[in-house]
Amino acid sequence: MEKFLSFDDIQKSLEIRETDCKAIVNYYLQNIQTKAHLNAFVEVYKESALEQAAKVDEKIASGKAGRLAGMVIGIKDVLVYKDHEFNASSKILKGFISQFTATAVQRLIDEDAIIIGRLNCDEFGMGSSNENSVHGKVLNAADESRVPGGSSGGSAVAVQANLCTVSLGTDTGGSVRQPAAFTGLVGIKPTYSRVSRWGLIAYASSFDTIGIFSRNIRDNALVMEIMAGPDNFDSTASRKPVPKYSELLHFDKRVKIAYLKETIESPALQKEIKENTLSILERLKEEGHEVEEVEFPLLKYVLPTYYILTTAEASSNLSRYDGVKYGFRSPNAHNLESMYKMTRSEGFGEEVKRRIMLGTFVLSASYYDAYFTKAQKVRRLIKEFTENLLNKYDYILLPTTPSTAFKFGEHSNDPVAMYLEDLFTVQASVSGVPALSLPNGKDQQGLPIGIQVMANSFKEAELYAFGSYLMELSNN
Amino acid sequence: MGSNLVLPEFEPIFGILVVKIEEMISAEIKNKYELVVGLEVHAQLLTQSKMYTADSTEFGNLPNTQISVITLGHPGTLPKVNRKAVEYAIKMGLACNSNITRTNIFARKNYFYPDLPKGYQITQDKGPICVGGEVPITLPDGTQKSIALTRIHMEEDAGKSMHLAGEVDTLVDFNRAGVPLIEIVSEPDIRSSDEAYAYLVEIKKLVRYLEICDGNMEEGSLRCDANISVRLRGAKEYGKKVEVKNMNSFRNVSRAIEHEFERQIELIEAGIEIISETRTFDATTGTTSGMRTKEDLNDYRYFPEPDLSPVIVSEEWLASIQESMPALPRELYNKFIREYGLPEYDAGVLTDSKEIALYFEELCGLIHNYKAASNWMMGPVKSYLNELTLHISDFPISPRRLAELIELIDEGKVSFSAASQKIYPILLEDKVKTPLEIAQSQNLIQESNEESIKPLVESVLAENSAKVAEYRSGKKGLMGMFMGQVMKKSQGKADPKVATKILTELLEN
Repeated sequence: MEKFLSFDDIQKSLEIRETDCKAIVNYYLQNIQTKAHLNAFVEVYKESALEQAAKVDEKIASGKAGRLAGMVIGIKDVLVYKDHEFNASSKILKGFISQFTATAVQRLIDEDAIIIGRLNCDEFGMGSSNENSVHGKVLNAADESRVPGGSSGGSAVAVQANLCTVSLGTDTGGSVRQPAAFTGLVGIKPTYSRVSRWGLIAYASSFDTIGIFSRNIRDNALVMEIMAGPDNFDSTASRKPVPKYSELLHFDKRVKIAYLKETIESPALQKEIKENTLSILERLKEEGHEVEEVEFPLLKYVLPTYYILTTAEASSNLSRYDGVKYGFRSPNAHNLESMYKMTRSEGFGEEVKRRIMLGTFVLSASYYDAYFTKAQKVRRLIKEFTENLLNKYDYILLPTTPSTAFKFGEHSNDPVAMYLEDLFTVQASVSGVPALSLPNGKDQQGLPIGIQVMANSFKEAELYAFGSYLMELSNN
Repeated sequence: MGSNLVLPEFEPIFGILVVKIEEMISAEIKNKYELVVGLEVHAQLLTQSKMYTADSTEFGNLPNTQISVITLGHPGTLPKVNRKAVEYAIKMGLACNSNITRTNIFARKNYFYPDLPKGYQITQDKGPICVGGEVPITLPDGTQKSIALTRIHMEEDAGKSMHLAGEVDTLVDFNRAGVPLIEIVSEPDIRSSDEAYAYLVEIKKLVRYLEICDGNMEEGSLRCDANISVRLRGAKEYGKKVEVKNMNSFRNVSRAIEHEFERQIELIEAGIEIISETRTFDATTGTTSGMRTKEDLNDYRYFPEPDLSPVIVSEEWLASIQESMPALPRELYNKFIREYGLPEYDAGVLTDSKEIALYFEELCGLIHNYKAASNWMMGPVKSYLNELTLHISDFPISPRRLAELIELIDEGKVSFSAASQKIYPILLEDKVKTPLEIAQSQNLIQESNEESIKPLVESVLAENSAKVAEYRSGKKGLMGMFMGQVMKKSQGKADPKVATKILTELLEN
């Protein structure tokens, strides 16, 4: 029988002494073993998780436990944890052991969360199917012939298959929301700068965020309120105070909701997703909310803008992996130039190399203004449009993805078709606003469908409260 | 006194020796052309920690001992701006009358090199912290000129690649990686190697006065690249410029400029086109040679650094930096001329170093015979410092005690020769006794009372009646002999001025 499906369950069991942290960790370890073929975990911290569990049990006994006592968390292979190896699912970081812990992870540990292992993902967060990983592909537990989404595929499946309570992923263009939709979970991309990026292996610095997968809103909100906030190690992290999201979930207002015509009418949108999206919009209207269709003429520019800017930043962020200081160095190199070329050619996967080449191209002197400068301008337009819309409306609703989980290899030979997976998620990434993906029913094959809610920057509290309401509504 | 006065910590300012390998082109041809030079000076800032991390910047430690995960560019690390470094950059800008940029963004300059841990340097591209400004210079012939600045921006240093003898591998020391630098970029306003030299001297003086850089070019804390071109006199367009690197002294910058000037003229005269390239200077031959053309193909792909939030220079911050600005060499130079009435030469020498200038300032606050103070500084004080290669901070005589000594002379209590030859050497050793006490104990107090000197003069004249007659018949040169006798009789204590006056009175009557 499935146990510990929410942190609430865990806390109740702990309270009545029906269980302890050690038993909880053992339960998840058992699940991880049984579901090993899903390939969600890259490494399980069995011993340190059990040790940590024993410590937390002592703290509980003495009444000194932190707010996350009993929560077991898996972290994406791009978030560093002191004295532990991580690879960003890349050969180029083979054997690399971090000397420090990501701020977000440390804050969870400080509240007595137990870190159970690191999770598979697309290499350096680049991908929408978790097929680009040196650790191999991750299977969607809803249908093992299908992808879990990406790049945080392992993080999604770990929660989907109940291998941990919640998991951390990262979201640069949809890497939490899209896999959350594919696996029927709650996934958030917070406002850019809400969570410190210290310890997050950069893909595209001005887009990267740390997000959370959970089965329910409350667990998600609780973890977010602990992770978020200013950090001396990240000068770009916002100094705005963090509300207690998990205590602000009550929702009883009438609100204004916009949905984007171009997303609903997109020819790429799967029929059932369209129907489910329209039906929840209808339910909201019935509940007395103002629901309006608005036009988003910039939709067609969102993906090109995103891919120009993120690949530009990635081409620079990934320059440090050169074989000089750490990680993989090609054994075939014979001088400096061949060390660079062979290390990078052999160490990076195809998709990463494609994006480095693309990013180097758009930043090169002859094409800079045509691509990079123009994309920066368009980014500002999209951001302004989105923010203005969110000043007029409380929320924007749209499907998380154009389709439900696809089969392995389906898009492998067509990078552009793969990039289209991000069509609905990149708007929030380009604009920096927070977005939440929630389960919204299933398609005819029984695959989960996601619905996405955007709110204005730093309105995570409003987003969680509305999300909580929306989940009740879609379940009724 | 006053001729060869060179501070030990400075190179000579004027009269640079440019060794010409060969006289290749005639002065007539050379004269048809004008030299155009712009300099890029990198100054390593004297902050305790690095530009974007808390790692120490201390020089000379064991390799790779000042390298945190940020310096090494470990995955997941982020830079953080050192506000002290920003403050130092602003100080330099204020000293040069630049406009200070209020919202500072940083940029990445991308290139691969083993001593560059992140694969990019965090620098400033568009929007440098200081825009415009100028550096006034004085040429050897006394001409004043102002060199305009394009910009001053902040950036980080790279590590050091080391090729050890007998080793196949190249080793890298990252201690220097991330040390803060400012790059001071001049407009192409420089027209001669003398101007370049004077400009560098001025920059070095400024950074040392501001205490933001030790200005040591040989040790690499000040580095200079030169953009050099030539054009026909009167031409409006600039010629194709050549960038010369690897000059590790002011003198070598001059030599490289002289060499390039002739080399480029020669090429043009021979009808060969100058190519824009980077050349390296060889100090042993005094010539430049082209570096691999690959360097020129570098496309640095600058773009705004997304890992740093903009650094905002608030009114308050700027005001507090403005308040903390020390007196600048140019200000003191002008003050020494205008307020103290010193010759330009004196003012120049006394403002070469901030410490000397400040010592002198303190001295001038205590006495009013500024020229005497200047003579003492440029004479006995500097001779002593030069001889022992000491710094003024090690000078054993405080401004107060030196002022007392100068006053003793001014008041006629001791003679200059007694002061400089007898009291001064004792003052250098004895830190307790006042100059007056030394003068007394050494029996050097001058007799300036006419009543007591007159009998001495009278007895000298009485003893030399024959010479007195010769004097009166026109042999005026005997005056010195009489003075010598008077001084001898007074055991050197008679005030020469008073003695001369009495002697003259008695002899002429």
